[in-house]
Amino acid sequence: MTAIVSLDRVSVEFPAVDGAGAVRALEDVSLEFRDNEFVVALGASGCGKTTLLNVIAGFLSPTSGEVLHKNTPVRGPGPDRGVVFQKHALLPWLNVLENTEFGLKLQGVAKDERLSRARDYLALVGLSDFERYPIYQLSGGMQQRVGLARALTCDPDMLLMDEPLGALDAFTRENMQELVLDAWRKTRKVVFFITHSVEEALFMATRLIVMSPRPGRITHTYDIDFCRRFFETGNAREVKSSSDFIALREEVLSIIYGEETGDGPP
Amino acid sequence: MMRGLFRRRGPQAVEQYGAPGQGSGTAVSAITIVLILGGWWVVTQLGLIRPLFLPAPEMVISKFAKIACTEHYFEQVLVAVGGLAKVEAKCHGFSDHALHEHILWSLYRVFGAFALATVTAVPIGIAMGMNRHARGVFDPPIEFYRPIPPLAYLPLTIIWFGIGESGKLFLIFLACFAPIAINARAGVRSVSIEQIHAAYSMGASHRQVLRQVVLKAALPEILTGMRVAIAFGWTTLVAAEMVAAKAGIGVMVLNAARFLATDIVFLGIIVIGAVAFVFDLMMRRFERALVPWKGKV
Repeated sequence: MTAIVSLDRVSVEFPAVDGAGAVRALEDVSLEFRDNEFVVALGASGCGKTTLLNVIAGFLSPTSGEVLHKNTPVRGPGPDRGVVFQKHALLPWLNVLENTEFGLKLQGVAKDERLSRARDYLALVGLSDFERYPIYQLSGGMQQRVGLARALTCDPDMLLMDEPLGALDAFTRENMQELVLDAWRKTRKVVFFITHSVEEALFMATRLIVMSPRPGRITHTYDIDFCRRFFETGNAREVKSSSDFIALREEVLSIIYGEETGDGPP
Repeated sequence: MMRGLFRRRGPQAVEQYGAPGQGSGTAVSAITIVLILGGWWVVTQLGLIRPLFLPAPEMVISKFAKIACTEHYFEQVLVAVGGLAKVEAKCHGFSDHALHEHILWSLYRVFGAFALATVTAVPIGIAMGMNRHARGVFDPPIEFYRPIPPLAYLPLTIIWFGIGESGKLFLIFLACFAPIAINARAGVRSVSIEQIHAAYSMGASHRQVLRQVVLKAALPEILTGMRVAIAFGWTTLVAAEMVAAKAGIGVMVLNAARFLATDIVFLGIIVIGAVAFVFDLMMRRFERALVPWKGKV
């Protein structure tokens, strides 16, 4: 299968500032995102997860190496790669519907079409009844759902999600995991998802990449299918409490903690 | 009302423990205003201060009626509806102009200069926020002239513009310009990088990001700058009208002071305060309608 987006030996180096030495945020990262994959990046703070996402999104140019989208080099951000941010990044002067159709408006899509597409995706994230709400009256979880609907409305090939559930409470977070998986299954996008939570990563990913800091790189890759088991049974708690889930969770945890204790102070 | 003010009360359900300054201050403000006006009235009735220094409230009110030509205009209305044959009462005003003419001249100067300042300072402030070259060009002159009192460069505006209207407008324009430009520049910084990145990742052009994200995000601060600017404009008005103005609230006060007509000085001060207050109320309402998200995100 051909890759939608691929990274070829991408390195990112931030120059030295104020006495601190240059930082190699990413070193020689090669990665392929294939059709309908849900790739989750996991790792301690400073391991380059967000740098990796910014390079794919086009917010950051690699120091060396190349990012290709359908064999064309990525030169900057574009509507083929949608982004969902940790903080919702919605526009408070627009209501829920206007925020959702904003991308299509920027692209000059006719009003009728952008409204109908925006409404479709609001329905997908369960916000049909909140079209006219100002976004500052929504809860954090609902704001993230608008952010997801907004990104999907532009119909990107790939969805980049930078710790989208990081600021939510535990209960809302588990509901949102299921909602994101549901949206992914229905829209069949390639997803690149960043998280700090091992359980979230294992539950959602079809492929898990574990990253490690100084220099930022991919140390382990797992192909997993817990999300597909969730689709079959519809029971998230059962998947998360199964013995192989717990075993893999402990294995990944020991990798991450092993790095943190083994490395010592930089 | 007084009992509510002085009675000791335990914490109530709506009050948050320890939150500073909670509750409405309207009742206390009303009492303050009544006390000031009442004190003014009592002191003048008892003759404690000579009218030259503190005219009685009723003197100010009757001066208002005279300068505003209330009788003259009331009779005009009566003639129009057919209740009176012809207008008898004369309208002398003060310094050859009725009160409303003074007010309109001052409004024209303040709002003319304010409008000029808004259309120039907003783009320049936004440019300063968006571009380091624009910031480098405009920052030194604005930061240099901003703290200088308008009276200090008043002579310069006379040398440059003469004693006509343009010098007066220029003086008030300068007073309004800096706060709007500085606030517009600060407003650019209130847009988050995520909002800009989100727009670009949905296919926005630079121009669209500027118009549909940055400008909108800066709007609350631009409006704050406009409120500060119009207050500076009123402050500078009297200075501007010191130079060869025929009509205007500022020149009315200055002329009245020259003739020791303290009641007219009081009247002018009250009119300036009232007009500025009404405009500020309008701006606040405008702000609530235009940027309802302010302070909520």
